[in-house]
Amino acid sequence: MTTPTLLQRDVSVGDALPELTYPVTATTVVLGALASRDWRPMHHDKDFAVHRNGTRDIFLNTPNLAAWFERYITDWTGPFGRLRRVTFRMHGSIFPGDTMVFRGTVTDTGVDDSGCGWAALDIAVSVDGDAKTTCSAVVALPLDAGDNPWARSGDRWTP
Amino acid sequence: MSAIGIDDIEGALGVSQYEEEGEFPVEQGYIWTTCSSVENGNPLFWDPEVAEEVTGGPVAPPTMVSVWFRPHHWAPDRSTPGLPLQIHFDLKEGLGLPEAVMSDNTIVFHEPVRPGDRLTTRQILRSVSDEKTTRLGTGRFWVIDVEYHNQRGDLVAVESYTGFGYRRTGEEAGQ
Repeated sequence: MTTPTLLQRDVSVGDALPELTYPVTATTVVLGALASRDWRPMHHDKDFAVHRNGTRDIFLNTPNLAAWFERYITDWTGPFGRLRRVTFRMHGSIFPGDTMVFRGTVTDTGVDDSGCGWAALDIAVSVDGDAKTTCSAVVALPLDAGDNPWARSGDRWTP
Repeated sequence: MSAIGIDDIEGALGVSQYEEEGEFPVEQGYIWTTCSSVENGNPLFWDPEVAEEVTGGPVAPPTMVSVWFRPHHWAPDRSTPGLPLQIHFDLKEGLGLPEAVMSDNTIVFHEPVRPGDRLTTRQILRSVSDEKTTRLGTGRFWVIDVEYHNQRGDLVAVESYTGFGYRRTGEEAGQ
């Protein structure tokens, strides 16, 4: 039987999520673009990216970055964590050769009117200390070992 | 596809447009490819027993919701691929704003998306600001919602995009 690894009551404002470091290659960029069905050439064709977009190389696409943020959050919560909402702000691009570093902190916690526990997070993916994309997220967490945010729907799920 | 000019904005606010069904059902292969691309080992997407126990069946990563709507690069009998945020381009054209950036993107997740689901999407213009000048140029901010529903009519997600369409300083409208 699967049991929750992280409960809402175990989370406090100011808690840091474990850091994630990942060296980006051209394969990372192309695999992510194709996985998200983004065929635009600046995500697989370096000549196009350099000469048409004026960037130094191909770069990670936003939908795949969303998948990276989701992975970062659920690595921390385990499978019982259920995303309620995410907001992304793009500041700069991530290229092959960059090492991206994800860092996140808990900014708020609570229980909504329907009894669903949640934690709010601020996350940034940075390269050489520069935040390239920032993300505010709210993730639902079980209140106790018998609770499961995925069992909620309709009026009991108000993200 | 029709340009949204300044006189068209009021009539366009809150109106659902460009409703379309994804070209294919939500499928497990893309779920695995996406999880593989970001090394996401969440057992919900790899272990059917955990997915059943925790979510009631196979489930897709919530952030993949827009993936199911990106058109095939080529398909028979199709000339011009549709644009995922057509209202954004309608506003640029109608307001004579040649440049545009997306400043932020929010996704709110409702019912889970599962393999086999046939999703539909529609776009709704929520707001257009008065003219503003930023360091990029002079133009307007707008908010466009993209709603996603499954084949049972359940809302599965709402994406909100904030765009800023503008002319670079020194350029005249329509140039």
